Amino acid sequence: MSFLELKNVSKGFAGHPVLRDVNLSLVEGEFVAIVGYSGQGKTTLMSMIAGLTRPDSGAITLEGRPVTGPGPDRGLVFQNYSLLPWLTVAENIALAVDAVFPAAPAAERAERVAKYIGMVKLSHAADRLPGQLSGGMRQRVSVARTLAIDPRILLLDEPLSALDALTRANLQDEISDIWQKDKKTVVLITNSVDEALYLADRVIPLTLGPGATLAAPITIDLPRPRDRKALNHEPEFKRLRAQITDQLLGYGARRQQTVTRKLVLPDILPEDLDAPRVNRPPRRPSEEKRETVATL
Amino acid sequence: MHATARTFLVNTACLLAGLLLCLGFWILLSATVAKELPTPAATWEVAKPYVLEPLAKRGEQDQGILRLVGYSLALVAKGYALALLVGTPIGFLLGLSKGFARVFDPIVQILRPVSPLAWLPLGMVLFLSTGSQALENGALFTIAICAMWPTVLNTAVGVRAIPQDYLNVGRVLKLSRTQTLLKIMVPATLPYMFTGFRLSLGIAWLVIVAAEMLTGRTGVGSFLWNEYNNANYGNIIFSILTIGLIGFVLDRLMSVVEGRFKTV
Ligand SMILES: Nc1ncnc2c1ncn2[C@@H]1O[C@H](COP(=O)(O)OP(=O)(O)OP(=O)(O)O)[C@@H](O)[C@H]1O
Ligand SMILES: [Mg+2]
Repeated sequence: MSFLELKNVSKGFAGHPVLRDVNLSLVEGEFVAIVGYSGQGKTTLMSMIAGLTRPDSGAITLEGRPVTGPGPDRGLVFQNYSLLPWLTVAENIALAVDAVFPAAPAAERAERVAKYIGMVKLSHAADRLPGQLSGGMRQRVSVARTLAIDPRILLLDEPLSALDALTRANLQDEISDIWQKDKKTVVLITNSVDEALYLADRVIPLTLGPGATLAAPITIDLPRPRDRKALNHEPEFKRLRAQITDQLLGYGARRQQTVTRKLVLPDILPEDLDAPRVNRPPRRPSEEKRETVATL
Repeated sequence: MHATARTFLVNTACLLAGLLLCLGFWILLSATVAKELPTPAATWEVAKPYVLEPLAKRGEQDQGILRLVGYSLALVAKGYALALLVGTPIGFLLGLSKGFARVFDPIVQILRPVSPLAWLPLGMVLFLSTGSQALENGALFTIAICAMWPTVLNTAVGVRAIPQDYLNVGRVLKLSRTQTLLKIMVPATLPYMFTGFRLSLGIAWLVIVAAEMLTGRTGVGSFLWNEYNNANYGNIIFSILTIGLIGFVLDRLMSVVEGRFKTV
């Protein structure tokens, strides 16, 4: 039985279809990455799995039970961090821990908060407000808050896309470590094919909308633990990267539309220096031409 | 350091220039068109006993200025507290419930522009049954109802402006309604609420003069009116300056508090 299952899930906003007939099936402990263009419904898909929005049609089940609303069994790391700005790092995480483990003794909860702040290496910043943190630090707080409630499945919505390449690589390693330690089921949304290949068991491209849907999954059979440097020279990695990139670019090419526009050539003639000078130089009527250009 | 010292000097000089201009205009007025208007010196003469012995109590109306201000502030504090206690929940309801807003928003819009002078008689009628307390209660009612609107409206705007993301955090954690209210909605709305609180305090202080004039309750407002009736015109100006100064100080204090909450 699959752990998380989406069957013919469709969703639109105000009559505009965004996702159509999305099917997805995850086994427990699996790491799946979804790659796709911006604005095609990745966040919409995540919030449906999280239960924050309801699909227009189709069914979502987690461990056989239909998803009807949000809950702490699905830990969503929001694309925009969603930290509460009036709470410190520790308080943000404590809010989640207190809400999910109300019966645990206070000391145990405090320990849990400290443990996850330590896990994302932010112990020195535990008492700072989100406004005093860099983007990457906020992202880590957001990940820590989600991990601290011990969800059954991690939903990561472009958790690293706002970060510079180096920080991004570090956090990818952290996510990879955490996943290998806990063997949690993970759905990662990303716009980076390399990131998807480095982390995931399966990569699923999202086609272009309106009415986007998930394409056939691509199994990533690269041995773990994966070494970022070695990976770059691995023929299988190169092949997969080319395959997925081509597939995504293919969607892009189909979307490309052509526009024909008028080209007006400049209205000048070379000056004849030997000709007698006249007040108004001769002009030729503008020559009209058309060109066809591709737009994205 | 040098630069700040210089801007301080410039600011002080500008302030003094403004004061001197006003003083000159005042002297000019009292020397030409408004012969009854006391000069600054004459004003100081009549105000002197109230300033130099600010805590004196020579009679019911004849008291030091700090005492008079104290009475007024005490009433304002009560009315203002009432305004916040009533206004904040109404603001939350307006912001949270579309139905509530549809029913009560028009009523708020109609009641909001009504002058304190119009509310006061109604307030006294409402509390007629309280006998000797009717004046006091009527004044409280007037301050509360006039001062409440900025709190109501700003709170409602603040509640509507809570980012959906913050609410989603609460939903994922399955916070109860009360927890969502206390841990997410109230803190997210606080900056708006405090803007409302500051504006409300300004209005409460504005209303006090009218309330005291009409009810005769001891304070700066009724002092002003009595001194007019006693033809001590200098004390009218003195009272106006006092009221303005106190209002200014209250506003500064509130904006310090407001600033605290803005930074988060
Ligand atoms: N609440 C909403 N109301 C109306 N339209 C919406 C809403 N949420 C999303 N959309 C629309 O649905 C489409 C998909 O949005 P979504 O946020 O899921 O994209 P995305 O793939 O996550 O993009 P990105 O990579 O930029 O985050 C967009 O066209 C967006 O305008
Ligand atoms: Mg998105």
